[in-house]
Amino acid sequence: MMRHLISAADLTRDDAVQILDTAEEMARVADRPIKKLPTLRGRTICNLFFEDSTRTRISFEAAEKRLSADVINFAAKGSSVSKGESLKDTAQTLEAMGVDAVVIRHGASGAPFRLATSGWIDAPVINAGDGTHQHPTQALLDAFTMRRRLVGRDAGLGQDLAGKRITLVGDVLHSRVARSNVDLLHTLGAEVTLVAPPTLVPVGVETWPCEVSYDLDRVLPKSDAVMMLRVQRERMNAAFFPTEREYSRRYGLDGERMAKMPEHAIVMHPGPMVRGMEITAEVADSDRCTAVEQVANGVSVRMAVLYLLLGGNDSDSAVTHTRTEENK
Amino acid sequence: MSKTLIRGAQVLGGDVQDVLIDGETIAEVGTGLSAEGATVIEADGQILLPGLVDLHTHLREPGREDSETVLTGTRAAASGGFTAVFAMANTHPVADTAGVVEQVYRLGKESGYCDVQPIGAVTVGLEGKKLAELGAMHDSAAGVTVFSDDGKCVDDAVIMRRALEYVKAFGGVVAQHAQEPRLTEGAQMNEGVVSAELGLGGWPAVAEESIIARDVLLAEHVGSRVHICHLSTAGSVEIVRWAKSRGIDVTAEVTPHHLLLTDELVRSYNPVYKVNPPLRTEKDVLALREALADGTIDIVATDHAPHPHEDKDCEWAAAAMGMVGLETALSVVQQTMVETGLLDWAGVADRMSFAPARIGRATGHGRPVSAGEPANLTLVDPAYRGVVDPADFASRSRNTPYEGRELPGRVTHTFLRGRATVVDGKLA
Repeated sequence: MMRHLISAADLTRDDAVQILDTAEEMARVADRPIKKLPTLRGRTICNLFFEDSTRTRISFEAAEKRLSADVINFAAKGSSVSKGESLKDTAQTLEAMGVDAVVIRHGASGAPFRLATSGWIDAPVINAGDGTHQHPTQALLDAFTMRRRLVGRDAGLGQDLAGKRITLVGDVLHSRVARSNVDLLHTLGAEVTLVAPPTLVPVGVETWPCEVSYDLDRVLPKSDAVMMLRVQRERMNAAFFPTEREYSRRYGLDGERMAKMPEHAIVMHPGPMVRGMEITAEVADSDRCTAVEQVANGVSVRMAVLYLLLGGNDSDSAVTHTRTEENK
Repeated sequence: MSKTLIRGAQVLGGDVQDVLIDGETIAEVGTGLSAEGATVIEADGQILLPGLVDLHTHLREPGREDSETVLTGTRAAASGGFTAVFAMANTHPVADTAGVVEQVYRLGKESGYCDVQPIGAVTVGLEGKKLAELGAMHDSAAGVTVFSDDGKCVDDAVIMRRALEYVKAFGGVVAQHAQEPRLTEGAQMNEGVVSAELGLGGWPAVAEESIIARDVLLAEHVGSRVHICHLSTAGSVEIVRWAKSRGIDVTAEVTPHHLLLTDELVRSYNPVYKVNPPLRTEKDVLALREALADGTIDIVATDHAPHPHEDKDCEWAAAAMGMVGLETALSVVQQTMVETGLLDWAGVADRMSFAPARIGRATGHGRPVSAGEPANLTLVDPAYRGVVDPADFASRSRNTPYEGRELPGRVTHTFLRGRATVVDGKLA
């Protein structure tokens, strides 16, 4: 495994499958009355959040606590980017306090990369979302969810997503989730199609390992999973599309559209969902929608990442613990 | 007054000649000149150029003396072989009145390393709304001839038209920072394959090209001359080429970094590569070199933009835009233009001295190397190879994209009106 997790593009197929397999082991912990492993006991992890994200922070925090790590939550909301030095200073403060890993969320693309490569700190850095660049653990939890649903929980072990057809719909331009997913899903052998109005597809997308379509209805029948991306309402004022209603008519997922998907196909959403615009309540609440599962899987995947980055070299691996305790 | 004999240099890269400096002027150019009473510089294998002229320098004083002052900036200029620099107007306060430009002019005189010709702002406070007192700045002791809101584009077509018309009265030129503001909101780097991958806001080529297209048409309409700052895209080259073929009085500059570096470097997220206009693609770089060689682009200008360490040692989005360039400009031009066979040394003399002096009307600079001319001269050792170490810079700031990179060539001597400002590669 690598030392940091900055971009989904940095993961090899084997790295990614190893994380997904480890996450399956971690998921078993959640099924037990005491949801805790001693793996990272005595290790301190800081969740350094320069940008609000309650969901991601809580998910990481749950993962860290289930691995018995000591957790420091640092919310440096708002002004950090205007005072550029704060990232470096904050990082060095944490280093001085003996932090063993930093989970960072930042509004600026590349901030975790800078943190990991500028010599400001030594600790492993895990990117929990940077600007419009990457959100690798989100991509991993999405892949985990797809593998479970489309390949199978046990049958999926050791497997990738070869041949699965995945469609991502919505604001690709501003989406770190889209970038991370395109990279990881391609690595795992899936065929990815992006669907969005042309204004929300970045110039330069032609080099990405995926197809691009402007027509959702034509892509749906050929999709094993359809992932709806968050569309921020303020995009409307910036003329990315004419009106919310028009966006909804052309790119929203309602029951009628869902019916065009193959029977086994799932609907995914990274949350929080904007019901009515990008997805109707009917779809969001259907059993084909995996939004809630994705949240649960996020904890397992993040446990796997933390374990592999921080504890993976220890002789008493978490996986051994899990098995030993289960065998008791 | 003292005498100096430069013995056996290739003048403008051509014939080997001796050049005798007497006082502030070149006394004699020839072979076998007498060294009597003169300090002798043995210049075998070296190239003698007219003192370099930079039409686009940021000296930061007044206001940001922590990044550069007129003194440190002119020392850097002399180190790089320059004898005159044009200082951009985006200081604090902005150089939009006779008072501020005279202050900068006076500081240049006091420094003694290099002539400083202030550039005046086109609009009050660089705000793009109201013309600054262009005539008063021209009439001041500083004698301003070049006007620019550099850092910001004069995007209002009417203001741009009026500025172009107004400066005709005293032979001025408007130097445009071509950047359509709406198309570049939130822009962090060149818009293209790399920005798509990195998730950084894109600065599309069309934002530069659309303004250049508009401005050459305005210049044609009102019969004035316009200068395009730091042209950076292949498309911009095409527009300038077309405008020149049509007889429009347009000149253009390219920076050394746009001749060498591409946006691939931004993958490092290292803000030392953050600059405005942004680094473009390989295709753009090659088009710019070609255009500089064929004269479509008239000059090389450094856009020397010093920033203190803390403004670059941070995440990309928070970092300041700009690179220092005075001390590496000639080396980059040697590597990208001379060693590629695109330009000879006489061409370098034209693009870095004669032409910028002509565009900026810098009398006394960009003159032929011949008897009776002011002794503004630069001696270059083209065989030298060295690794760039910012610790050696005379500039107060160190934000160079070339740290650790090997570049050819070294300025061994610089003379400002006969007085050596650089001797054996060191500031005098």
